[in-house]
Amino acid sequence: MSRTFSPAPPVPRGRRAGRAAGRFGQYAALLCYLVFLAFPLLWLLSTSFKSPQELGSIDPTWIPREPSLENYRIAFDAHPLARSALNSLLVAGSAALIAVTIAVPAAYVMVRYRSRVSKAGTVWILVSQMFPLVLIIIPLFLVLKNLQMINSLPGLVLVYVVWNLPFSLWMLQGYVKAVPLSLEEAAAVDGASRLRVLTGVVLPLLTPGLVATLMFSFVTAWNEFFFALVLLKSPERQTMSVILTHFVGAEGVADLGPLAAASFLATLPSLLFFALLQRRLVNGMLAGSVKG
Amino acid sequence: MRALHRRTLRAGTAAALALCLAVLAGCGNGDDAADGTVTLDFLSLAWQAESVTAYQALVDEWNEANPDVQVRYVQGSWDNIHDQLLTSFMGGEAPDIIHNDASDLTDFANGGYLADLTGLLPESLVEDIPQQAWDTTAYEGGTYGVPFLQEPRVLVANTRLLEEAGVRVPTPEDPWTWDEFEEVSADLTRDTDGDGDTDTYGVAWSMKEPVTQSVNLSLSTGGRIFDREDGENVIRFGDDESAVAELISRQVNEDGTAPRSSLGMSGSDTLPGFFADRYAMLPLNFSFRQQVDQQAPDDFEWSVLPMPSGGGEDGLAQGVAPQTLSVAEDAEDQQAAADFIAHLTRAEHAMDLARGDWMLPTSETALADPSLNTAEHGWRTGVELAAHLRPSPVLGVRGYPEWKDKIATPAFQEFYSGAFGLSELRGRLRDDGNRVLDRYQR
Repeated sequence: MSRTFSPAPPVPRGRRAGRAAGRFGQYAALLCYLVFLAFPLLWLLSTSFKSPQELGSIDPTWIPREPSLENYRIAFDAHPLARSALNSLLVAGSAALIAVTIAVPAAYVMVRYRSRVSKAGTVWILVSQMFPLVLIIIPLFLVLKNLQMINSLPGLVLVYVVWNLPFSLWMLQGYVKAVPLSLEEAAAVDGASRLRVLTGVVLPLLTPGLVATLMFSFVTAWNEFFFALVLLKSPERQTMSVILTHFVGAEGVADLGPLAAASFLATLPSLLFFALLQRRLVNGMLAGSVKG
Repeated sequence: MRALHRRTLRAGTAAALALCLAVLAGCGNGDDAADGTVTLDFLSLAWQAESVTAYQALVDEWNEANPDVQVRYVQGSWDNIHDQLLTSFMGGEAPDIIHNDASDLTDFANGGYLADLTGLLPESLVEDIPQQAWDTTAYEGGTYGVPFLQEPRVLVANTRLLEEAGVRVPTPEDPWTWDEFEEVSADLTRDTDGDGDTDTYGVAWSMKEPVTQSVNLSLSTGGRIFDREDGENVIRFGDDESAVAELISRQVNEDGTAPRSSLGMSGSDTLPGFFADRYAMLPLNFSFRQQVDQQAPDDFEWSVLPMPSGGGEDGLAQGVAPQTLSVAEDAEDQQAAADFIAHLTRAEHAMDLARGDWMLPTSETALADPSLNTAEHGWRTGVELAAHLRPSPVLGVRGYPEWKDKIATPAFQEFYSGAFGLSELRGRLRDDGNRVLDRYQR
């Protein structure tokens, strides 16, 4: 059977021009937004290559006049950046993985087994987010001290897991709710156990949610400062966020160039993490599982 | 294929988790020594590279000479020291030796977290530091820290602009009076291109943190702001106390010899304008010279001048809160910790630390050393001002941090920007302020 296509009616020139202008406006707005978002990072990068004299100039420039790696050299010489980055990576990575590992089954149960307990749990999650840091830091410190986990990276991981878990649970609940119950019922009819349904059906469909939660937990732990400052005494265990404050002196005086260099390096793991995982974040929910 | 991918993903996640836990498990707390060696944690707030090197060298020297008492250097940060110490004290895990400044000692001494050093320090050290410096760390009869570094506020000036204006250059022996300073500021204020706008201001007051300098500089005009009355702290803000604040407000809001825009700046923020001839003089802390030296263009000449005098014998007086070294009440060995502090603050060591931080040592022996008595970078001006430094009136006043944050900072900032006059400032600082202090003295 052959099909004939009639050519689309020509779009009036005025409307075409209007559409192009609209598209141009959209891109211009998007560009402005991107510049707005990228400005701090680009400025940080630019600052990290400037000499102290250029940093003291009243006419700031985007492109350093005499770009140099001196600030990076000073930053690495003055403080143990590599070791602190490794500590941060271990702590943030572990905390994110553990938080998500616990949050997935917990979120599933809270969504699929609706009861008073799960409702109370949801409310508790919300309430726990309202406690200010200063309120819990001293009790937490004492608890960790009793557990002999002060000044240890596992202690800090434990704190980050506890700190991130409520919000991770909250995030994942939304994703679990979006998985059609009919899929799980179909798997159950085929004889799959609850665990099998969770690992074989629900988990693959949660990939975007898992990635989003993983990113959130990782970045929160990577950037966290106060717990790390208070809980880690030994210099060899300090994390990147704590080391960065060592470039700042009394009354806000800072060693600006090396601070910018170290700060820029500190943003790289998060950027890399996003770059690697963002495709999984946006890849279609339910891709391949239900017919469209 | 997809199943294989999923299995790989799961196996990878499990392996990553296991690896993290295994590595972390190896990072546990392993501080305890079984051979009887005492290990003391020294929380240092040194931050500039040369300063950190000086501290670490002294720690190494100590550790080599004292195998039974090892000191571990722990780097802290000025930004968060109060919160860090408060939490550590409450949890009983504070560092043994604590670097801080005198303004933070009162609350910690009052809470019983710091050891009274009376009797723990060698007599030679006690005698080498003047009484007025010891007064900054005294609280209810005890001594809770060794004041070892201090810094006056000075005027950092553009030498060329001063020469072009033909003004007299002040010295600590013959300083400007505050009136003279106003006149010089006017002489230095210029509209160089004749467009009706000021191109060079005589002075730029950086007032992002206005309270400390307003309180400390008021000593030069006989002010005190915090006084004792019937054994209690009270706030006064009479003519003596307000003279410098009034002058600053006059320069900004009436004379136009100081820019309004610098009121929200920190000292560092004013440096680019200083190097570009926008400001001729900057009132800055003595240690700011390091930043000036580092950032100044190669052909830029700058001088260090004393702050103006309020007249009389105490005309150059200003309040300071020295950097201190304290021992935690829970320290493993208080005497050993005090011995380490004595080692750090020996005259020749104090001099190294002072040079590293671009500050002045409190040790009189160190202060008299010829290497500090040089015109280079204005060291001599600072040394000559040392005798005029007094304990900041805020030291020992419980409730001062709350008064500063909630009342004085917004009040001074609004006053300097011309939002209200002197009577309103007096009312806020004194009446509202005394209500705050009362709560701490019930």
